[in-house]
Amino acid sequence: MTAKKELLQVSAVENGTVIDHIPARKLFDVINVLGIASCDNTITFGNNLASRKLGKKAIVKISDRYLVDEEIDKLALVAPSAKINIIRNFEVVEKKTVNVPRRVEGIARCVNPQCITNHQNVRTRFDVVGSTPIVLRCLYCEKLTDQEHIEIL
Amino acid sequence: MNNCSLISITDYSREDILDVLKSASRFEECPNNRLLEGKVVASLFFEPSTRTRLSFETAISRMGGRIVGFSDSSSTSTSKGESLKDTIKMVDNYCDLIVMRHPLEGAARFASEVASVPVINAGDGANQHPTQTMLDLYSIYKTQGRLENLEIVMVGDLKYGRTVHSLLQAMSHFSPVFHFISPRELEMPPAYKLYLDGLRIPYHEHRELDNVINQADILYMTRVQRERFADLLEYEKVKNVYVLRNSMLAGTKENLRVLHPLPRVNEINEDVDENKKAYYFDQARNGVYTRQAIIFKTLNLTW
Repeated sequence: MTAKKELLQVSAVENGTVIDHIPARKLFDVINVLGIASCDNTITFGNNLASRKLGKKAIVKISDRYLVDEEIDKLALVAPSAKINIIRNFEVVEKKTVNVPRRVEGIARCVNPQCITNHQNVRTRFDVVGSTPIVLRCLYCEKLTDQEHIEIL
Repeated sequence: MNNCSLISITDYSREDILDVLKSASRFEECPNNRLLEGKVVASLFFEPSTRTRLSFETAISRMGGRIVGFSDSSSTSTSKGESLKDTIKMVDNYCDLIVMRHPLEGAARFASEVASVPVINAGDGANQHPTQTMLDLYSIYKTQGRLENLEIVMVGDLKYGRTVHSLLQAMSHFSPVFHFISPRELEMPPAYKLYLDGLRIPYHEHRELDNVINQADILYMTRVQRERFADLLEYEKVKNVYVLRNSMLAGTKENLRVLHPLPRVNEINEDVDENKKAYYFDQARNGVYTRQAIIFKTLNLTW
């Protein structure tokens, strides 16, 4: 029933990735972290679609592209509730939930302006100390970066 | 090789802390020795801190070690734009241990990843200053004969004061009771209160420095700095509320000792200095023995 509704709202892809259950407010964050704005693949997306779980959700469909682990980690930081469907020949061949990793490296910026990672060429590293909502703890300056302040590099 | 580095007070377990305190008392009995003979220690002060640098360099000298380094980065290639990584890589070739102070937070952790020799953090911005915490612990241990079950009153700037945050974390191993006395603008950050809640360590917050000090074993004073206030009128209102005077110590416990990381401005009246409960100058001397003990552990030395 739900699947039918989505088909009506955003057209299907033949081969590619569907990212579903994105909170409506997070659609453009997802687009940014996945670099969709500058990719040549066919993209369709919908926002503020009705969702029983989230109230309003967004969905992104990318043709002929499959996400790599680092992209999934980035997605996890901005939209941990998202679900990934791998589509081949109009069929869902694999469903993945997004797992918030325990450690995040080289993906997010530390919120602390005095942190060494914001001044010198140091790859950022965080322990994930909270998952709903996400809280990152910088391994260098030890400051916390919360979900609202996560900025993806 | 450098997994003995001391970057953050949380790098030390309860046993590590007790181990260092035990050897600090041994260094207090015998500060002059040859334990660092033939060793070169790099003392890298990317920002000036005379007190900490002299304490470290005294500790090293009394153990017979040699020191290379700088006391201010303006005379080094950092001012020509050299990265911290390159400076550390270069110094790493020359020495057996790096002691460093840096204005940026996390600089010491990064240096410990880049260097093959161990690193001791002598302060990284507002983040950590673990050797100060260890000397505070040694002072508490020495004056109270124990670290367990003490009532600790912290006064002043509890929001930005890194010494109180690190002391809070370190003392958490030893079932303390905390009292926090500060103006509303400078109260203990929620992250540290949550940390104590998680460990079920009791704490109480107060606005005034009053009778609560009568139940204290340790009174840890800090400076309320004018530049921390957005509203200077607020500063004027509170600046004299957190000043300790000799008369206020009349009803306090016999074993109470007053600690302060120094420098003090006016938060401890000079009439307290002669009271035997004033311990802040002895506290500074303990820094040398504690730093000797930390170097001893970091380099895995034996007597």
